[in-house]
Amino acid sequence: MHFDKALSATIEALPYMLGGVGWTAVILLGALLVGFALGVPLACAQVYGRPLLRRVVGLYVWLFRGVPILVQLFLFYFGLLPLVGIDSALAAGVIVLGLTSASYQSQIVRGSIRSLAEGQLKAARALGMSDFTAIRTIILPQALRLSIPGWSNEFSILLKDSALLMVISVPEIMARTRSVAGRTHEPVAMALFAAILYFILTYIGIQLLRWIERKVRIKGYSQEGAM
Amino acid sequence: MSANDVILRIDRLNKSFGTNHVLKDATLELRRGELKVLIGPSGGGKSTLLQCMNFLLPPDSGRIWLDGNEIKFKNKRELYAYRQAVGMIFQDFNLFDHLSAMENVRIALTKVKGIPKKAATERAMAELERVGMAGKAALYPAQLSGGQKQRVSVARALAMDPKVLLLDEPTSALDPELIGEVLTVIKDLAKSGMTMVMATHQITFSAQLASEFIFMEQGCIIEHDTPAVLLAESANSRTKDFCAKINELGESA
Amino acid sequence: MEEYWLFASERVIPGLNVALLISAKLIVPSALYGMLLGVITGVLRVYGFAWVRRVADIYVALFRGTPLVVQLYFWYFALPYISIAGHSIVLNAMQASILGFALCSAAYQSEYVRGGLLSIRAGQFKAAKALGMSPLQTVLHVVLPQAIRRSMPGIGNEIIYLIKYSSLASIITVEELMGAARSIAKATWRPVEAYGTVAIYYLVLVTLAMWLLRWAEDYFSIPGFERSKED
Repeated sequence: MHFDKALSATIEALPYMLGGVGWTAVILLGALLVGFALGVPLACAQVYGRPLLRRVVGLYVWLFRGVPILVQLFLFYFGLLPLVGIDSALAAGVIVLGLTSASYQSQIVRGSIRSLAEGQLKAARALGMSDFTAIRTIILPQALRLSIPGWSNEFSILLKDSALLMVISVPEIMARTRSVAGRTHEPVAMALFAAILYFILTYIGIQLLRWIERKVRIKGYSQEGAM
Repeated sequence: MSANDVILRIDRLNKSFGTNHVLKDATLELRRGELKVLIGPSGGGKSTLLQCMNFLLPPDSGRIWLDGNEIKFKNKRELYAYRQAVGMIFQDFNLFDHLSAMENVRIALTKVKGIPKKAATERAMAELERVGMAGKAALYPAQLSGGQKQRVSVARALAMDPKVLLLDEPTSALDPELIGEVLTVIKDLAKSGMTMVMATHQITFSAQLASEFIFMEQGCIIEHDTPAVLLAESANSRTKDFCAKINELGESA
Repeated sequence: MEEYWLFASERVIPGLNVALLISAKLIVPSALYGMLLGVITGVLRVYGFAWVRRVADIYVALFRGTPLVVQLYFWYFALPYISIAGHSIVLNAMQASILGFALCSAAYQSEYVRGGLLSIRAGQFKAAKALGMSPLQTVLHVVLPQAIRRSMPGIGNEIIYLIKYSSLASIITVEELMGAARSIAKATWRPVEAYGTVAIYYLVLVTLAMWLLRWAEDYFSIPGFERSKED
């Protein structure tokens, strides 16, 4: 075994790989945000909307949880997006991951909303609040806090799925791993390097979410959301 | 065999958890038909004693005789056979969650005693009848109240035809209004001559039925005698002190 | 628009149907090996010696913490470069895929197995002992019936994920559904029809699997072990 060659190849590739981390981070954040911005309204629609609306959301969730991400990437990047003039691989990646994440995030938030005690909304309505205000100021603040563990999971999944963007040539970690490994003939070292990078990112993400959880914690609020 | 034969004898059982010596030199004799009641503060060793008596917790030292035969607990066969003869009722019922009431009573009959299914089912239903749960035989633990679960667990233990029944605070986990139905079952058992050792806080109830009170504190058997003697007007016993304290807190009969 | 779709799918569907078989050859062994290894790992993580638990936990952390793509890449491209005493293992694309899927899926499944085992309330072991049951009898009649029911939803979902992520095998050149779709898209210059149709294939597979899982959960359902009525 030639550890020296592997080691020097790794060190040489360091800056290039770290550049990949930057791209991965952008993809991840973009997807999470899109997923959040879309997922929360979808969740509210599913819990409080009219039957037709609920059906539509259900259909959306079924579609984006049923079609593999890889298929979506090719479909959007090579097929659908060019029809509307978008040719950026990064955009395609963020859109696909974001739309899929929205379907999962909507289920997380939906579960949190449903776990809240019924009386919360009743009390809000009794005070004369409109449903919209009640949801915004009473339900969501609680439901979103309850959803943090679910997001921790979602973050981890998105981080791993971001590696799929290599197939549409987004220069994130995995894409760069493959190209460096090809150049230096050190696939073992590069693969291990990539694994370590993903581990570190996962760790950072978990710590970040824990920090957020601490920041928004309400004293004495039980995790079950009961009154 | 006379009615006064010693069925179960334990001699100097000891048990420690780490440096905590929970059970110290526990010794007692149990004759056929007797009901001995373990009384005392929580943590006093009552539960540990009972669980050592059927080897659920292996004692660090001490010996046990059943019907005059010393039990060699190292021998697995002997151990399992011993446990079939010494039944146990738990504070938390511990019914098998995935089996109906009838199946709970039947499973040890078929799997441990090897009785054919049909006969086992009949026996199981008979035991459920005895504790008043025949009507709920098809229900699952998730569908039963605490008192009902405990009664099923009694049926399950009785189906094994035990020589001795150990009861570890059988009503302590029950809501007050459910305690009565379980106490009724225990009373019937005592009247029918079942040999039992029971740990409980139900003093008034036990005083009527018990052959002997055994007061335990900090792992030691402090005193033991008939309820009449220990609770007499003139008695100066620890048992009386303890019971007085419980009564102050409104113990229900 | 309609004929467009139908016409193109005349040229797409035959190719996909052939690839469907390859996908099946990929998914079924992966699922079976994954379940076997997942159950073993789950059991070891709950009942094994301390060092065994450590090793199993590390395995799970490793395979859950890294992207499946990286793992597949490793087994197919990197493994041949590791030589011990002059010998190295070279896996073909199918073998590498099945190995990668099985190892990854097993890591996730062990979580559910572990959860199922831990969900059994401790007192039931005491009750089984008190009735004179041997350890083997306790495992057969108390542990398994409950653990299997509790871990079924999780493991079922894992297999559904496997169906979707089997598409990753196309990245290491396996001509399963997704791989075939790529070839067809290149050959016919019709990405929307090609990828749209294969999307429908996967959708159907996944939905069938979900129905099957739901049916299985209901079949084994007992009061106290009901299917959670989400979705």
